Amino acid sequence: MLTIANKSFSSRLFTGTGKFRSAQTMSAAIQASKSELVTLAMKRVEHGRKADETLSELDRLHINLLPNTSGAVSAKEAVYAARLARAALDTPWIKLEIHPDQRYLLPDPVETLLAAEQLVKEGFVVLPYCSADPVLCRRLEEAGCAAVMPLAAPIGSNRGLLTKDFLHIIIEQASVPVVIDAGIGKPSEAMAVMEMGADAVLVNTAIATAHDPVNMAALFAQAVSTGRRAYEAGLAHSRLSSSASSPLTRFLNET
Amino acid sequence: MRVADYLTHLDWDDISMQIAAKNAVDVRCALSATQPTLDDFLALVSPAAEPFIETMAQQSVQLTRARFGNTISFFIPLYLSNLCANECTYCGFTMSNRIKRKTLSPDEVASEAVAIKKMGINSVLVVTGEHEKKVGMAYFRQVIPLLKSFFDYLTMEVQPLSTLDYAELKQLGVDAILVYQETYHARRYGLFHQRGNKTDFDYRLDTADRIGQAQLDKIGLGALLGLSDWRTDSAFVAAHALAIQKKYWRSRVSIAFPRIQPCTGQNDPNITRGPSEKQLVQLICAHRILNPQAELTLSTRESAHFRNNVIPLGITHISAASQTQPGGYSNAEENLKQFETDDSRSVAAMATQIHRSGLDTVFTDWLPGFS
Repeated sequence: MLTIANKSFSSRLFTGTGKFRSAQTMSAAIQASKSELVTLAMKRVEHGRKADETLSELDRLHINLLPNTSGAVSAKEAVYAARLARAALDTPWIKLEIHPDQRYLLPDPVETLLAAEQLVKEGFVVLPYCSADPVLCRRLEEAGCAAVMPLAAPIGSNRGLLTKDFLHIIIEQASVPVVIDAGIGKPSEAMAVMEMGADAVLVNTAIATAHDPVNMAALFAQAVSTGRRAYEAGLAHSRLSSSASSPLTRFLNET
Repeated sequence: MRVADYLTHLDWDDISMQIAAKNAVDVRCALSATQPTLDDFLALVSPAAEPFIETMAQQSVQLTRARFGNTISFFIPLYLSNLCANECTYCGFTMSNRIKRKTLSPDEVASEAVAIKKMGINSVLVVTGEHEKKVGMAYFRQVIPLLKSFFDYLTMEVQPLSTLDYAELKQLGVDAILVYQETYHARRYGLFHQRGNKTDFDYRLDTADRIGQAQLDKIGLGALLGLSDWRTDSAFVAAHALAIQKKYWRSRVSIAFPRIQPCTGQNDPNITRGPSEKQLVQLICAHRILNPQAELTLSTRESAHFRNNVIPLGITHISAASQTQPGGYSNAEENLKQFETDDSRSVAAMATQIHRSGLDTVFTDWLPGFS
């Protein structure tokens, strides 16, 4: 079972709430995904309006919310969004997202680290979205983040595991859970990172913009579960060629 | 180098000829490019691409859904004034037009805000007219903070200002600025803009750079389609958007496609034929294929039927129930309009239509403390 900041999760698939064609589709997809943690952009929550459809659907599902700071371009803005989230949604959990780059929406490592330090000090459970940079992940861990969320590819790109080799290093080194966020486009890719030993994945675009989001959510759930079980069962080693006889050292056996 | 300098080095006639020379092979190459370039855009916007419009639309839909999801964002224009210190031959607000002039008082601005808020709108495009003295920074210092207390996201369409003024507007609560070049053909620009500060083509061309330097969240670009050859003007818009995005990477870019609409006193023979509806679809898709990140806006200038069909193909932001005269939401008074809108459906009716297209509506997409 996965544990982040003393909270246990039986599903290792986290999902999102954006990009769906309706609040009802979102709700059905989240249910099908069996996800227990969904992220929600604070900038999409309308203040003072009771009838926020997304929020009331999520409320009905009794699901853990992971508000995010999307739209923030600096540590200062992210801290502001996090405080707003804690006040509005009554949770100290925050997905820290700071991407000033408007083209590929890549996270700013400097501002992310600064904001993480501040938010941890203020008692938040911080899950930072970050580049697949092993040293940055260590620094975020040292800052007190509850998990790290390195990207597999630019967010929303569905391009799969472009950062695979670096994710390997991050998974190997981390002592907090590693949640692979962003860029996963197919169930097979989610399964592949779970086989690598990732603790969880966050998938949104690949589900929300699929032709049949509800079915796709269920398929991602299966893939994540299978990947994890394969990891736990201990994958057999793979190599490019079959094991050859030993032409180089045969002479040692010759008398 | 400033983006404006780069644009002045692009040769209008050369680009026109390149567009005219594109053939079906060029279009096919553009459609299969993994990272389309400006040259691909020239093919996509050329007459040779018209038979490929269905393929273009399909690509455009895929790119838009991947980036923006199954959603459409709503905004509404709020006209603060119809005063103008420019003579522009195609505009209902032009200074020589004998129309009733009006600038909203802070109380009237508040009434408008209340009326707009009632429709469920949380993102407003503030349109100011172009009168530096009477509708300038002193006035904005009064009304922008007032509007920001109502709406989370404020966009402004205002006469070109200095970088310093843009920085101050940002402080006051403005998130995005739109300045349309109208036409990128310098000589023809002179035909249409005959008196006032707006006659300065180069200063206007440099405006997006100044907005970028002031680090506004969003920079809006566009040409008024019908002032010059729309394909070439659109190529300049595309080039402008790419270059602005590259240099001012913290800012988002939005593009609009206004086609000239009838207005009071408009009879300028220099106005050319803008794109047909089919060509407008081609243009929207071409922009989307070149620039999957750009926000594309479609206003109520277009008809309801056209909007119903085109919005799902690549548009990300729409207005609804727009009034183009100051005070139009709280106290509708005719004869002050900048131009006639075509699609007059209410916000609620428009939202129903969007849902019918299998898309969700977004009214809130910003926190007031950002930017």
